[in-house]
Amino acid sequence: MNKKKMTLHLKIWRQANAQAPGRFVLYTVKDLSPDMSFLEMLDVLNEELTKKGELPVEFDSDCREGICGTCGFVINGVAHGPRRGRTVCQLYLRDFQDGQTVTLEPFRAKAFPVIKDLVVDRSAFDRIMAAGGYISVDTGSAPDANSILIPKEVAEAAFDAAACIGCGACVAACPNASASLFVSAKIAHLALLPQGQPERHRRVLKMVAQMDKENFGNCSNHGECEAVCPKNISIKYIALMRRDYLRALLAK
Amino acid sequence: MALWPRSSVAKKFLNGLTGVGLTLFIIVHLAGNLLLLTGNPDDFNRYAHKLESLGPLLWLAEIGLALFFIVHIFSALSVYVDKLRARPVRYAVSGNAGGASRKTISSQTMIVTGLVLLLFVPWHVASLKFGPGVEEGYVAIVDGLLVRDLHSWVIEYFQNPVHVALYVLVMLLLGLHLRHGVWSMIQTLGAYHPRLTPLWYTGGVVFALVMAVGFLVIPIWIYVNGAKI
Ligand code: SF4
Ligand code: FES
Repeated sequence: MNKKKMTLHLKIWRQANAQAPGRFVLYTVKDLSPDMSFLEMLDVLNEELTKKGELPVEFDSDCREGICGTCGFVINGVAHGPRRGRTVCQLYLRDFQDGQTVTLEPFRAKAFPVIKDLVVDRSAFDRIMAAGGYISVDTGSAPDANSILIPKEVAEAAFDAAACIGCGACVAACPNASASLFVSAKIAHLALLPQGQPERHRRVLKMVAQMDKENFGNCSNHGECEAVCPKNISIKYIALMRRDYLRALLAK
Repeated sequence: MALWPRSSVAKKFLNGLTGVGLTLFIIVHLAGNLLLLTGNPDDFNRYAHKLESLGPLLWLAEIGLALFFIVHIFSALSVYVDKLRARPVRYAVSGNAGGASRKTISSQTMIVTGLVLLLFVPWHVASLKFGPGVEEGYVAIVDGLLVRDLHSWVIEYFQNPVHVALYVLVMLLLGLHLRHGVWSMIQTLGAYHPRLTPLWYTGGVVFALVMAVGFLVIPIWIYVNGAKI
């Protein structure tokens, strides 16, 4: 246990709702333990604010163990903060310096309107999933687990893509606010498996169309998405999505 | 235009495809230009004459090239417009996550370097290709044939330090454009390989350097050596 206490200066984006203009507000939080998580630190700040009769800073979180994809905002210009392969809920104060000023901004994209403070509406992702991010199966008894054999490498590649938790950091980090990494991960994990084949072409066409409709930007291969992705999803899936898209277009 | 695609993936694909064509073109262009440095004016004039005597074939190639430029520009502009629309409120602090990120000065200035090249190309073509020729007295005898002495005009053109400086600057920007462009167009066409992608990512940097230096050395060389060559 690190005994030394630390102080952080926070520059936090406060915005009452989607229509209201936002602005940065400065807060100083003292007596923090370096072993605290970043979100716990915000909990401390919010308790102080509540005691003072002020509105707490809204931010999203749920599991707080890096698996649900609920949390996420931008810390000093980097989505999910300074550590690679982590969500913001898995970030600890020891990654910051005592007395440091830290800027907190919501994920900024037209497709992710701010609901309040650091909370954004990511339902655009749900609509992309609804457009084709599934396989159609008839109901009935579950098929035997080993009736479709899948080579280990294939299963692993599909799983790597399926590890996407839909947090939206890729969109936030992309200079173009593109959702390509998320969409390609969702396309790839089904495209790599036998169960995904029947709807493979239809799926990529529909999901890309929905992505465009949601006002996400195009992909310029900056690769910043892969760098901030808490699940280290590779842009190789974006290449796969492009190949699949072209194939589907030519087959049409 | 019914052929113009609406989807982001298809538009970007056109950008990558035309990028490949334009890259191949500048390789050939540089190879031809290097004939200026052989010490024998006949080499460059012979090459230029051969190209010109292709006639309709050359026009066809030039129209194709112009089309590649146009599609490259329009698809790039669409990416840029989408980007502006997709993030109306900018970040106060912008960072680079490092690690797997390929975000560089080059990748973030593609639209700027591209637009500079767009301004450069017409000026370049007008002043050299459509510069003075046989009628203005720029004639040479190569292999017993009377041909346009483009070599002399190029030498004369680059005695002007302003021309040299501008060409050097634009070629540096071309290098910056290629630094991201080369690996990016391969990724755009859907080619990703765990071992090859790092190779062409680094290869793109080397290629960009070779191209930029190759092109900018020529005007500098001509200027430094004066009318001697
Ligand atoms: S690809 Fe990564 S960054 Fe994007 S939504 Fe999925 S987990 Fe989050
Ligand atoms: S709160 Fe679940 S991933 Fe961070």
